Amino acid sequence: MSKQGKMDCGRRRLIVATAAVGGAGALVALVPFVSSLLPSERAKAAGAPVEVDIGRLESGQMMTVEWRGKPVWIINRSKEMLATLPKLNDQVADPKSEKDQQPPYAQNENRSIKPEYMIVVGICTHLGCSPSSKFKAGAEEGMPGDWLGGFLCPCHGSTFDFAGRVFKAKPAPTNLEVPPHVYLSDSRIMIGEDKKGA
Amino acid sequence: MAAGNFEKYKSDGSIGGNALEWVDARFPATSLWKEHLSEYYAPKNFNFWYFFGSLALLVLVIQIVTGIFLVMHYKPDAALNVNGVPVAFASVEYIMRDVPGGWLIRYMHSTGASAFFIVVYLHMFRGIMYGSFRKPRELTWLFGVGIFLVLMGEAFFGYLLPWGQMSYWGAQVIVNLASAIPLIGEPLSIWVRGDFVIGDATLNRFFSFHVIAFPLILIGLVAAHILALHETGSNNPDGIEIKANKDKNGIPLDGIPFHPYYTVKDIVGVVVFLMVFSAVLFFAPEGGGYFLEYNNFFPADPLKTPPHIAPVWYFTPYYSILRAMVWNFFGLDAKFWGVVAMGASVVIFAFLPWLDRSPVKSIRYRGPIYKTMLTLFVICFVILGYLGTQPPSPMGQLLSQVCTAFYFGFFLGMPWWSRMDKFKPVPERVTMK
Repeated sequence: MSKQGKMDCGRRRLIVATAAVGGAGALVALVPFVSSLLPSERAKAAGAPVEVDIGRLESGQMMTVEWRGKPVWIINRSKEMLATLPKLNDQVADPKSEKDQQPPYAQNENRSIKPEYMIVVGICTHLGCSPSSKFKAGAEEGMPGDWLGGFLCPCHGSTFDFAGRVFKAKPAPTNLEVPPHVYLSDSRIMIGEDKKGA
Repeated sequence: MAAGNFEKYKSDGSIGGNALEWVDARFPATSLWKEHLSEYYAPKNFNFWYFFGSLALLVLVIQIVTGIFLVMHYKPDAALNVNGVPVAFASVEYIMRDVPGGWLIRYMHSTGASAFFIVVYLHMFRGIMYGSFRKPRELTWLFGVGIFLVLMGEAFFGYLLPWGQMSYWGAQVIVNLASAIPLIGEPLSIWVRGDFVIGDATLNRFFSFHVIAFPLILIGLVAAHILALHETGSNNPDGIEIKANKDKNGIPLDGIPFHPYYTVKDIVGVVVFLMVFSAVLFFAPEGGGYFLEYNNFFPADPLKTPPHIAPVWYFTPYYSILRAMVWNFFGLDAKFWGVVAMGASVVIFAFLPWLDRSPVKSIRYRGPIYKTMLTLFVICFVILGYLGTQPPSPMGQLLSQVCTAFYFGFFLGMPWWSRMDKFKPVPERVTMK
């Protein structure tokens, strides 16, 4: 302020410019802190493909393997299990697997390469819980009487059929994810890769 | 009562007096003491509802002190030890079994977390009942809502640390809430976790937030909350301003000095609180599975979700609101709207000072509409809380939808229904009931 009470515009401009430059500097200083919260190089490098022997998986049984810290289910579906799928086409939200939740080679009525073997990430697409298996049809496992078998997410009640397709009007927005996978032989599969030896 | 209106201390010649005069010339010791304690005039008609503010402060101290000692033995490490148990989980068991007195300190901390929410919920209810959030105390209320939000974050981060099944899957669900936001959701949840799944990176940053960042923010907000309160003066069960009637010295006629009157009164509250707190601590430290969930005594297993997961009781009302949203709107799926509704149900408390349009503050002078609405609100809140602890069911879903609708109706309709009531005349001076 000058003596007459008038503002010194030159000085005011300098103050504003100084504050703006200082503020910009402070914002830029946030970059290392914000970026340090991103996954580290080590976390990004983890996630190698997993080789699994499925030869001893009996028909109607399921096994779980860990891939990238997530459960991957391998289900050897019986004829009865496969027979439930077409019956449910009008009850599931995405019967033809149109949403991008599977590699192209699994975009079919069974969501799998071989009809009997279902390979799917066992993480609910709602909020990431792992659904529990409710394989028995009917009310035996606490499900509604017209239940044909599949999975129930314990967290928010989403239900999935034997192809990991989500039922309509459930919190989960999409079908369970089918991971990239490839058959190395009849009884060995590689999860996390599409091509042999890739 | 602006700072600096108090005279500096003049020594009476004693050694203590000389020391205080020396300090007072360099630091506002006397004026702080007088402004906030011995000459802070609080209404004389406080009832038992006014215990919960000081009790919240007590629990904060308990949490900080026990937390300091827990950190000396706890290890935020998700790697498996030689026995195949995660190091973090094992270190909590080590505190419980091998550290002398460790079990007591740990149970004080875990029981303290639930006690904090009980006390804070009652403190908030007091504010709503007596209109303490109304002009001129809007900022006190806003700082309080801030404290509530930070407290929820603090509790959430802390719950991951024991690295049990509920820790892991609870964090999994809540962090995935972020992924419901269109476009930025998925990268955002990866950024929060620091990995593609909940893992060691997540555990370490939650530990950092829990022991450093959030406690610092919490203490700052508590200071702001109390400073703002002392600027306007406390409300009281009659919801009238005691500053409207002052004696010739400018002291409110219905006010009494906080110290010694309310400090002594609050000691009674502290004693009763500590009796209840100790009873839980020694006889039911798990709070029947509500304070410490049974599944959290299993180490985290990323491959298997426990058959029934629910948040700790203090989050369940909001969790029910999240689950109640099952409809897609505007091309965005139900998951996103669930998150929006849950966030809104917490943040909406901040708008209370501007939603309430009644001419009186206290429930004592409001009519049947307010009393009914508030009762129904509390019932809805409790029902939502109960349903949040239960597995999903069609009946529960419908009930939670009804309660969610009322929850928001209570707030959003308030500008209308709070005006329609029949009011009783407000007294000039406070009443002692």
